[in-house]
Amino acid sequence: MVSLLGLIVVWQLAAMVIDDTLLLPSFVQVLAALSNTWQEILTEDLPISLLHFGLGVGIGLLVALPIGMSMGWFRTADRLLDPIVEVVRPIPPLAWIPFAIVWFGLTNEAAGFIVFMGAVFPILINTYIGFRSLPRVYVESAKVLGATKDVDLIRYIAFPYALPSIAGGIRIAMGIAWMCLVAAEMFGVSTSGLGYKIWSYYYLHKMDYVLLYMIVLGVLGLLLDRSFRYVVEERMLRWRAGLMQ
Amino acid sequence: MALLEIKNVGKLFQVDGQDMEALQDINLSIRDHEFVCFIGPSGCGKTTLLRIIAGLDDPSSGSVYLDGDLIMGPGPERGMVFQEYSLFPWRTVIDNIAFGLELKGVNKKERLERSKQYLKMVGLERFSDRYPHELSGGMKQRVAIARALVNDPKALLMDEPFGALDAQTRNIMQSELLRIWEEERSTVVFVTHSVDEAIYLADRIVIMSARPGRIKDVISIDIPRPRVRTSTEVNGIRDRILADLKSEIVTS
Repeated sequence: MVSLLGLIVVWQLAAMVIDDTLLLPSFVQVLAALSNTWQEILTEDLPISLLHFGLGVGIGLLVALPIGMSMGWFRTADRLLDPIVEVVRPIPPLAWIPFAIVWFGLTNEAAGFIVFMGAVFPILINTYIGFRSLPRVYVESAKVLGATKDVDLIRYIAFPYALPSIAGGIRIAMGIAWMCLVAAEMFGVSTSGLGYKIWSYYYLHKMDYVLLYMIVLGVLGLLLDRSFRYVVEERMLRWRAGLMQ
Repeated sequence: MALLEIKNVGKLFQVDGQDMEALQDINLSIRDHEFVCFIGPSGCGKTTLLRIIAGLDDPSSGSVYLDGDLIMGPGPERGMVFQEYSLFPWRTVIDNIAFGLELKGVNKKERLERSKQYLKMVGLERFSDRYPHELSGGMKQRVAIARALVNDPKALLMDEPFGALDAQTRNIMQSELLRIWEEERSTVVFVTHSVDEAIYLADRIVIMSARPGRIKDVISIDIPRPRVRTSTEVNGIRDRILADLKSEIVTS
């Protein structure tokens, strides 16, 4: 808290010395921008950006979990899908922007698609790794206790075992998705949203607003990450508490 | 009729493209409510034989019957306790024990009731809601035994279950196991490399030879329980088994 206050003081002083809103808007100017636009942020930009984010991460989960799980559990699925994943995965998500626009137009779906491309692989890979590292003794214990079907072994053994790894993948995916979101909106895949506003205020040379939106993005990203960690790690993965130290 | 019938069981493994004979021509009948220990030098295939009985490995030749039925794969009527700690770390103690009942579709109330009963049997009622990482090694194996027994198995298969425990805990666990066995009256097949453990526990000790693994000798132990680990009778049997095993280690 002290260090943050210090940063704000240094920032404000530096802005006063530089005395050029284009180069560095001051803290007070950014506050003023906030008081002018907070309603717009809350009612327009935030819902749109969260929609893009939710679409991308949500569909990313729906696609990545079943694929990662079947690749981790079934040899054939691994052999079949691994080459495809390895070829598509290194393509930076932002390189999909032209196709996103051609396929979806300037819609929420297009931005969601870019976010999806950023989110899907970290979840997929971590699910796969979690399944692959499952010790044999848990599978055999489950078998001698009566779980002989693949569906039971996946549901009761592999999935709960892999959950910490999957949760880690989701956290990484959310971070990448957040970056992709801003880039997708900035490059004109969308006509509103937090990222879009940064770019449009830049065109107007209103750097105090640019900085305000940057800060809003940072704080929101932090909040998303913290709330995910709280819900998943504190509640769902309590059994790991003693294992991680 | 015997409960477990092991008939002409052999097992080949492929090692670097060559066949390695892990088990050769194993024949043995185990009675209902019998406590049988397998003992032998490492590499004699005793664990492999236990895994074949469990249904986790297939024999290359021969077959195993439980109550007259051919064993085709793993199942809850043959409970197993592993050497390594095998409790599911994401489940609490009580939920680990209830796992088999959950799979059978037993409703939650009955599941918990029956699991609690077995938790009490192994003396860990107070640890019901703990996670496995909060338990000591001996406690973990107690829970593993309860988890196998709650399925009401006809045979309990144990693969050096106390191998990782310190000597003191190990002795306590052996007496506890005998008490539980007498209460439950299920058949126990127990693999160990400790001669003392085998003599303390077993009705019959099966001595195996190495490469290929064969039954070398079967010794019945009629000393009434609880056995005194240092009595002259126990010492006599121990000398005989050790001599048997020594010749094995020299020849292998």
